[in-house]
Amino acid sequence: MSTEARREIVEKERAEREGRRWRVAVCSAASCQSSGGQAARKALEAAVADAGLKDETDVFGTGCLGLCHAGPLVQVEGASGCHLYEKVNGEKAARIVRGHLEGGEPVGELLASGTAAFFDKQLRVVLESSGRSDPERIETCVAEGAYEALQSAVTEMAPVEVIHQVTESGLRGRGGAGYPTGLKWSTVYKAKSQRKFVVCNADEGDPGAFMDRSVLEGDPHRVLEGMAIAAWAVGAEQGYVYVRGEYPLAISRLKTAIKQAERLQFLGTRIFDTGFSFRVDIRIGAGAFVCGEETALMASIEGRRGTPRPRPPYPATAGLWGEATLINNVETFASVPAIVRRGGAWYASIGTGKSKGTKVFALAGKIARTGLIEVPMGLTLREIIFDIGGGIPGGRRFKAAQTGGPSGGCIPAEHLDLPVDYESLATVGSIMGSGGLIVMDETSCMVDVAKYFVDFCREESCGKCVPCRAGTVQLHGLLDKITRGEASRADLDLVERLSDLLRDTSLCGLGQTAPNPVVSTLRFFRDEYLAHIDERRCPAGVCRIGASSGAEARP
Amino acid sequence: MNLTPQTPPHPSGDKRFKLLDVAIKRHQFRQDALIEILHTAQELFGFLDDDVLIYVARALRAPLSRVYGVATFYNFFSLKPKGEHTCVVCMGTACYVKGAGAILSALETAHGVRAGETTLDGRLSLVTARCVGACGLAPAVVFDGEMVGKLTAESALERTGAWTGRGEGAEGER
Repeated sequence: MSTEARREIVEKERAEREGRRWRVAVCSAASCQSSGGQAARKALEAAVADAGLKDETDVFGTGCLGLCHAGPLVQVEGASGCHLYEKVNGEKAARIVRGHLEGGEPVGELLASGTAAFFDKQLRVVLESSGRSDPERIETCVAEGAYEALQSAVTEMAPVEVIHQVTESGLRGRGGAGYPTGLKWSTVYKAKSQRKFVVCNADEGDPGAFMDRSVLEGDPHRVLEGMAIAAWAVGAEQGYVYVRGEYPLAISRLKTAIKQAERLQFLGTRIFDTGFSFRVDIRIGAGAFVCGEETALMASIEGRRGTPRPRPPYPATAGLWGEATLINNVETFASVPAIVRRGGAWYASIGTGKSKGTKVFALAGKIARTGLIEVPMGLTLREIIFDIGGGIPGGRRFKAAQTGGPSGGCIPAEHLDLPVDYESLATVGSIMGSGGLIVMDETSCMVDVAKYFVDFCREESCGKCVPCRAGTVQLHGLLDKITRGEASRADLDLVERLSDLLRDTSLCGLGQTAPNPVVSTLRFFRDEYLAHIDERRCPAGVCRIGASSGAEARP
Repeated sequence: MNLTPQTPPHPSGDKRFKLLDVAIKRHQFRQDALIEILHTAQELFGFLDDDVLIYVARALRAPLSRVYGVATFYNFFSLKPKGEHTCVVCMGTACYVKGAGAILSALETAHGVRAGETTLDGRLSLVTARCVGACGLAPAVVFDGEMVGKLTAESALERTGAWTGRGEGAEGER
């Protein structure tokens, strides 16, 4: 692919768009697909054909439109602006075509509600192409600017300049730990190694998180472009995407994207007629949460059991097959093209002191508008949950927001005005995590929630180190005893001591952070623990106290 | 001169082993492709029995202990045959706080199996998943690969009952 050839694609695609009055984008993310998105798309196509509007209307699938609870979503874009329709079925599709496309007026009663509140506070960088491009047609993505940043990187910038932009942007790892991306890149760049690798960690294992899945399904080219830019910067020729086996749609979109990018030579050899080559292969995970840990992930790519090893050496110096390896999360790579295109300083102008840019969150749980959002760092939890998410349904009261999955914590109502950035979340004992944000109301028992996460870690512990293997089992046993109403204060002491031990002595992040949900709920909801112990009752009415011993309490 | 390792054909003459050979050759007999090859084997055979594991180990010239170790480490690989139908209940956080536990209990009671087991008649395997990523549609269940969201215990039982002819009866009893 030459520079001119890319421009030709952009111009051809844009000219085609000019010739059409309507662009009808049907959300093709997994969530909308499983609520009838395919049928909605077929119905729209049929209605458009019946109305004789085929030549002036483009019906296409697009990445996650955000309001997942109201799917299938359809966005109609024309001269009069952009309108979002919710819960579209065959009958509604016909009405939309008749009223909006033929009549020229949006069909008011079918429009999604609350879109203004939902979108106003969002800022889309990683998700900017949602509703604009079709992930299965590379040309539409190129027209939206895909691979433009790669072109300027390989044809105009030296690797150190690319790394400088990324460093200046202040971008930090979006997988959860928040390690400065520029620093990681420059370590790999400086590493002496025969071969170097770039690995994209798409093993999104946190339960209740679907950001990476949505990005891979909705805009795989952005991720591939970010990986290619990283490869240029650090001097790698081979990349791997390690993606969860539970995400078949993301895998198939990614495969299509790689094939199309290779066809147009955005990947492969002699990229943009330079000497730069970069190949990407997919590795499909086989269902092990611990493989999100980078050393375990590398073991898995090498075809071994996914058990972590002590660091250092870090992957940046000794990674895959002992060679220098750059590992970043999906969202981190997806942020890179915009940084290269618009400059690190621009990205650094968004966000707070030490947390720059935007973050994608998956809103889920007891919240009115569940869905996928992208906000500038530093927005408060209250703004995210109540303004964007529409608050708690059913007139119930907010109890806690859970961030960071099994490694994170529960944030209570008194901290709702906390700005969401890496440092602030750490002050209340939680973490940014990969971006899952689960809202709980008064019907959730916090002891039960803590037990749920410890149970998760117990099952997913790889068994290599004793503190994690045995500690999570014991911790779960103690919490189970509390939820059965059979525990004493001494057991609570033991829970706290065991939590410290796990944090201090486990080999990898899984075990070190496994007690986090326990520690944070003990900090903010100690009264609930005490109610279970002293009064033998569950304030939320979730735990079946007094039921036959050993019975698992479930909501 | 033939540089590729020779694997003798499987004595059973089962054609699926030939397809497995193709996958192994595509990965150039590399041991680091073990997980990919086991994925293919499971697709072909439905599960990984000793015979398949031994075959893969020989083809890759890897110790059987290593192949067995990998096959048992990852949740995706099953060493036991699966039922005719599979019902995967998502136990992700979002589904959990929205009542996935009640759905699972109802399914367990109605079909007389615990999560991870297959009914005696081999009709239905009941499985739990860590998170299928359909949190916006919580609680979600995957019925034979088809994801269905916003379920209740009743609507889940209707689906599995249609497979086994048993769930409906269980509803009537209540």
